Amino acid sequence: MLQALGARLAQAILVMLTVTAVAFLMFRYVGDPVRIMAREDATVAEREELRVSLGLDQPVAIQYLNFVGRIASGDLGTSYRNNRPVADLLLERLPATLELVLVATVLSLALGIPLGVISALKPDGVAARIIQAVSLIGISTPTFVTGIGLILVFAVTLKLLPSFGRGEVVQLGWWATGFLSASGWRSLLLPGITLALYQLTLIMRLVRSEMIDVLSSDYIRYARARGLPRPYIHFKLALRNALMPVITVTGLQIGSLIAFAIVTETVFQWPGLGLLFIQAVGFVDIPVMSAYLLLVGLLFVLLNTIVDVLYALVDPRLRVRS
Amino acid sequence: MTALWRQMPLSVRLSGLLAAVMILTAAAAPWLAPTDPTLLSSLNLMDAELPPRWMAGGEARYWLGTDNQGRDLVSAILYGARVSIGIGIAAVALSATLGVVLGLIAGYVGGTADAVISRAGDVIMSFPTILLALLVAGIARAVLPQAASVAWTPVILVGAIAIHDWVQYARTVRGTTLVEGAKDYVKAVRVIGLPRRRIMFRHILPNVISPALVIATINLAGAVLTEATLSFLGVGMPPTYPSLGTLIRIGNEFVFSGIWWIAVFPAVTLVVLVLAVNILGDWLRDRFNPKLRGRS
Repeated sequence: MLQALGARLAQAILVMLTVTAVAFLMFRYVGDPVRIMAREDATVAEREELRVSLGLDQPVAIQYLNFVGRIASGDLGTSYRNNRPVADLLLERLPATLELVLVATVLSLALGIPLGVISALKPDGVAARIIQAVSLIGISTPTFVTGIGLILVFAVTLKLLPSFGRGEVVQLGWWATGFLSASGWRSLLLPGITLALYQLTLIMRLVRSEMIDVLSSDYIRYARARGLPRPYIHFKLALRNALMPVITVTGLQIGSLIAFAIVTETVFQWPGLGLLFIQAVGFVDIPVMSAYLLLVGLLFVLLNTIVDVLYALVDPRLRVRS
Repeated sequence: MTALWRQMPLSVRLSGLLAAVMILTAAAAPWLAPTDPTLLSSLNLMDAELPPRWMAGGEARYWLGTDNQGRDLVSAILYGARVSIGIGIAAVALSATLGVVLGLIAGYVGGTADAVISRAGDVIMSFPTILLALLVAGIARAVLPQAASVAWTPVILVGAIAIHDWVQYARTVRGTTLVEGAKDYVKAVRVIGLPRRRIMFRHILPNVISPALVIATINLAGAVLTEATLSFLGVGMPPTYPSLGTLIRIGNEFVFSGIWWIAVFPAVTLVVLVLAVNILGDWLRDRFNPKLRGRS
């Protein structure tokens, strides 16, 4: 297990190095930072001063090290677009995205696991066939189409739910939460469902195929031969093992969900990281783009590692080996 | 091919046919579409935002209504599907070629080449397609001057999708190449002294290609969706030369004023197309997956 963790850690470091290198290259070479940051009427001397103050006169390797050092100390630069520290912008937007992702994950697990189990227990039953068909439609429908559809039905036609923004938020320190107000919850519903649907089909299919695999294994056959009660076999013996990969995928998918939230946030004008990023892309706001990349990269690496450790904790076989 | 066709259940056959018809129709858009939506001079703003012909206020010549610039939606969807499918197929072709070649090299040559290719794949796979694609498309837009970037957009989109998708092919091909490379026929041609390149492409490739073709079918659906998403987010095809995603993006701005058709018809086209390809790809995957074969 230690060896496996070591390999994982090496990969994590490799990913982070790549990500910082890409972020650095973006900052250094995409657009001229001096030209973008200097005032329109800046003199040559002023520009040179800015160049030196940004450390752009030094060798590239040193610049890269400085860049990594600055990031490590929490300085992510200043947004070109609204002239504010990028770190502040990210912190301001982070709660909105994390709450959205949390709601989507809970929703997709709460629906995906039972639906997956149903379609695995009777793979040729009517319910399973309907679930399969719907899930195929689910993976064929892009997130933004789902979102627009929900807005058309629930916001435009039925006028039941808000279609944009977070509603009323409550400040808990620097964290602005939508969980503590009715309008916050109402605003979370449509984007939460939209983001969850993409995830739901994945979890459902995974639970289904894992359950089918486990149910045909010898120990389940043996348990059946012993005449153990069926719910005990299905939920206590089979589902537990089938959920292993689901834990992994759900963990890993949280990273994907944060990235995928870009689309949902655009559709619902949700003031999270994704909307910040897509606006930054539109304005070629490189510090924000590279900071987002760094943040998401870090989240991915952390999640990957945490999931691996969890995996080892849940699966006794992996623990014994160490 | 015919043997495969005979094994297909009816639903899969119909999906395959539907996908083929949609692809061919889209390819023939310039001959089938009533108007050319890219010819801005032919547009009349007086015709803008007309509803479909069966609704009050609809006009007979615009079956599905018009968009905000007075473009006939039928034509716009036909041309848009052509752009979407074209980019999707090009992205699949590029990523499959790259992935198969790199997978062969990783699996057969091994050593440093294998390590570099595999690690690069690992790093890329730790990011979702959409994020990488957005990054590539975003950077390309920043680097290229405005005028060039419009003409280059399809190429950028293809690259942005392929940069992620090749890994899947490479991993699969690498795995099968490792198995094939240890077999007697490969040892035999090696003893004869054939050059490595010839062994890889003439002898191993034919035996590892079919899983790659299955992945390609499934990835076509994915590539079309990614392109649509990028265009919807505003980093894809411009409104003057729209793909299905661009049309939905345009339509999205009008959803709130009750003008639903601009977004809904392209969206339905997109979903039906992707669904048809997915049903076919799903079946092919189950068919070629030895683990699943013979079980159901």
